[in-house]
Amino acid sequence: MFKTIYNWIDERLDITPLWRDVADHEVPEHVNPAHHFSAFVYCFGGLTFFITVIQILSGMFLTMYYVPDIINAYASVDYLQHQIPFGKIVRGMHHFGASLVIVMMFLHTLRVFFTGSYKAPREMNWVVGMLIFFIMLGLGFTGYLLPWDNKAYFATKVGVEIAASVPYIGPYIADFLYGGDIVGAQTLTRFFAIHVFFLPGALIAMLAAHFIMIRRQGISGPL
Amino acid sequence: MSNHEHQDSKHQSAQRNEMSRRQFLSYTLGGTTAFMVGGAVLPMVRFAVDPLLAKGSANELVKVIEESKVTNEPQEVKFTINQVDGWYKSKSEKVAWISKDASGNVFALSPVCKHLGCTVFWNTHGKNEYDCPCHDARYSIDGKNLAVANAPLDEYQVAVQDGYVYLGGIIPNTRA
Repeated sequence: MFKTIYNWIDERLDITPLWRDVADHEVPEHVNPAHHFSAFVYCFGGLTFFITVIQILSGMFLTMYYVPDIINAYASVDYLQHQIPFGKIVRGMHHFGASLVIVMMFLHTLRVFFTGSYKAPREMNWVVGMLIFFIMLGLGFTGYLLPWDNKAYFATKVGVEIAASVPYIGPYIADFLYGGDIVGAQTLTRFFAIHVFFLPGALIAMLAAHFIMIRRQGISGPL
Repeated sequence: MSNHEHQDSKHQSAQRNEMSRRQFLSYTLGGTTAFMVGGAVLPMVRFAVDPLLAKGSANELVKVIEESKVTNEPQEVKFTINQVDGWYKSKSEKVAWISKDASGNVFALSPVCKHLGCTVFWNTHGKNEYDCPCHDARYSIDGKNLAVANAPLDEYQVAVQDGYVYLGGIIPNTRA
């Protein structure tokens, strides 16, 4: 049945080349763990992306219950985690996945560094990768505040104080992040907007650039 | 993978009509993928559809009025219930139109119009009917729908105890 539906669409829109272009390509021997087990180090980029997809999905579901408001934020997180079935799992995916993304991304960066894959002609992809790294750190920093518990509050306070120590523009950065003078209602809505709209938008654009470039240039050769 | 298949076809005898290696691999890969996707997606879906599966909380009975004050003429009574809406607990004011029928039974109607949810009032047009201000729906004193609406007004559960009337949850109309 799926085949018939697929053929019906394919006849009209010729979609086969579209997914072929994305999915159907050779995996070189030196990056295939089936040939050399040590090639598993080449999996970390894909794993980072896989966990990123999990983060986006679980985050979308979390916003069904979460409210970015100083009165209700903690109560809504408490409710979705302890009253809703699988709440522990969905929030757990987002909570632990956040750490795991950083770990995988760091391992991916190490692999790229030690295989020299950042060298010409792939310098731009390294730069885009670094931007993704900072976006991920930003997502981690802004997401940390959202449960609105003590840890969130003081982590944000410390983080913004660090940002405030930048010469000359520090105080302005702090005001911008606080949305006022204190970690309060406006900080929470601000961090929520950055966490849920601005950074994921930037992240998806950067990931697209990352993937287009690697398909255009191919994986770097064996050592 | 294509290399392996060439080798296989050489070794295969004519009678063997088993699953090809490629097919076995695509089934196992597909199955594993489905298992992993299911493991990630099912918790999230269950999480999202919880309101569909949650049972409505049983309504406590609230004391609203002395039985002796209830007459054959419907009168509006207001009472508050403890409403739990997810993580948000609040007092919610409810309205009931309460009266006695010919045989002296107390009953209470919900003033939420069954047409599109506006609030009906008793006797605004002087015709001894419940009238809805939005689309002129009309109901009899028993809540029977006379015009526009296609269902009778809901009732509150009623309990009479020690000379007081207690109201509970909303039930479908039993009188019209």
